[in-house]
Amino acid sequence: MILSEPLGIVSAQCAQFDTPLIFRSGAVLPRYELVYETYGKLNADKSNAILVCHALSGHHHVAGYYADDTKNIGWWDNMVGSGKPINTNKFFVLGLNNLGGCHGSTGPSSIDPQTGQPYGANFPVITVEDWVASQARLADLLGIRQFAAVIGGSLGGMQALQWSLTFPERVRHVLAIAAAPHLTAQNIAFNDVARSAILSDPDFHGGNFYRHHVVPTRGLRLARMLGHITYLSDDVMADKFGRELRDGKFNYSYEIEFEIESYLRYQGDKFASYFDANTYLLMTKALDYFDPAHDFGGDLNQAFARAQADFLVISFTTDWRFSPERAREIVRPLLHNRRNVSYAEITSTHGHDSFLMEHPHYFDVVRAYLDNVAGEFAA
Amino acid sequence: MTQNDITVLAAERPDFAAIAAWIPRGASVLDLGCGDGSLLRYLKKTRAVRGYGVEISDLDIVSCIANGVNVIQDDLESGLEDFEDGSFDFVILSQTLQATRYTEALIREMLRVGREGIVSFPNFGYWKNRLCVLRGNMPVSSELPYQWYDTPNVHLCTLHDFEMFCDRYQVAILDRRVMTGEREVNLLPNLLGSTAVYRFQRGV
Repeated sequence: MILSEPLGIVSAQCAQFDTPLIFRSGAVLPRYELVYETYGKLNADKSNAILVCHALSGHHHVAGYYADDTKNIGWWDNMVGSGKPINTNKFFVLGLNNLGGCHGSTGPSSIDPQTGQPYGANFPVITVEDWVASQARLADLLGIRQFAAVIGGSLGGMQALQWSLTFPERVRHVLAIAAAPHLTAQNIAFNDVARSAILSDPDFHGGNFYRHHVVPTRGLRLARMLGHITYLSDDVMADKFGRELRDGKFNYSYEIEFEIESYLRYQGDKFASYFDANTYLLMTKALDYFDPAHDFGGDLNQAFARAQADFLVISFTTDWRFSPERAREIVRPLLHNRRNVSYAEITSTHGHDSFLMEHPHYFDVVRAYLDNVAGEFAA
Repeated sequence: MTQNDITVLAAERPDFAAIAAWIPRGASVLDLGCGDGSLLRYLKKTRAVRGYGVEISDLDIVSCIANGVNVIQDDLESGLEDFEDGSFDFVILSQTLQATRYTEALIREMLRVGREGIVSFPNFGYWKNRLCVLRGNMPVSSELPYQWYDTPNVHLCTLHDFEMFCDRYQVAILDRRVMTGEREVNLLPNLLGSTAVYRFQRGV
């Protein structure tokens, strides 16, 4: 294990865009802001930049902590930093909060300058393609013509894949971790139940709950509880909670009895206290719509014919949300199109959440790959 | 990989040079059971091949990636379903044949995915191996470095055995090189050769 220094104090920045963004749906956002953080130094020819794309509940605070909030550590701090697999001594790492998010970038809870009210239900339904288009504008602003790599897990992995299709010449390497080339009917079904929980909460008010000064906490909590079940593996739940009872006995009531109930409700409450319900809806829809083969009659081989990047695809054995078999659906069209691609299947007990966990072999794979990427440009 | 590395590799693995001699520049190659990616690296350097390895071991996956070799983590024995028919010029099984469980199915898969197949394996008919068995023990050597109880080798064979196998399953042998160390063996190969390399295609 290579000893790594903590990344230390970081700070967020905000970029403003006044050129209208036309969404895939046809909707137009006249202006918007993206919050982002960067770590490491951009080299002279700006060839060492890595974009980290976040998943459903992620944001721009990828690594490090804030001077005024030292407990607020970035969501991928174990992976990104000095001497870490995504090594900030070599790479300039960029993380942003996606458009539609609720961590500072323009989203449903932001004020619509045309009405003076939060966008709420008026915020356009967004796709992975729209995110990539907005991320490219941020890259333009920072003078990054081509990313050394675009990296993401889960929904972030889908954005990384989309980069290779929307801007084939702007990304040299794609690392798609715990991802899939599209959602299955089962995945969409889970998302629909999550959305139904939010949409049917009386406090949702058709998405305009801000003006009623309420939050659809119950719906959001249920959505997160359901989601959380799909992020963990059966094994890890059995291991962590089993059939443990809080009181050590049955109480024959509907109060919290099993430890797993307590854990899920805690996770649900925590999430509902800070996450925006409209953002949750947008994120799950972006997941549902993602399907690069859609415009090619369902032919993923044809969809990936445009890609020019090299790829590293990683899956986790106990991930049943995006299983190893789904990751291989990404690998096959890359083989068909004779792209450089490596595929690693990591033995891990943590289910879909494995991509966020520190795991020596997983980290060795990412480190080995990125060390070679770093060898491609002058320091 | 430096010229020095290439020389060292060629000396350690004489089958590498034999395999490389059959592969034209720029060919596409799939290396099954590619280990740390040494053969692919060697072929990239000496033959400018475009290729992928298939490997199951976690440690080897990291080595391949560090060696800049494309590698797909998978179990050969479950088939090569990620690879399309006729998608490679050569499919190579280097020093792995003897450790495969479903050997016939794997050879068939090799010839589905590749135009030609190449295998290298230790010749169990080599006189030193025969002598060991005559003396009453299973052979242990540089080619067969395992004890009977810890060997991954389940399907050891002689040159004769492999050729009979090919005959039976309509595999057409195109070329053969037999070696002991770096020296090529032409006289009584099934007795005097320790390693065999075959190039083959689908028979009619």
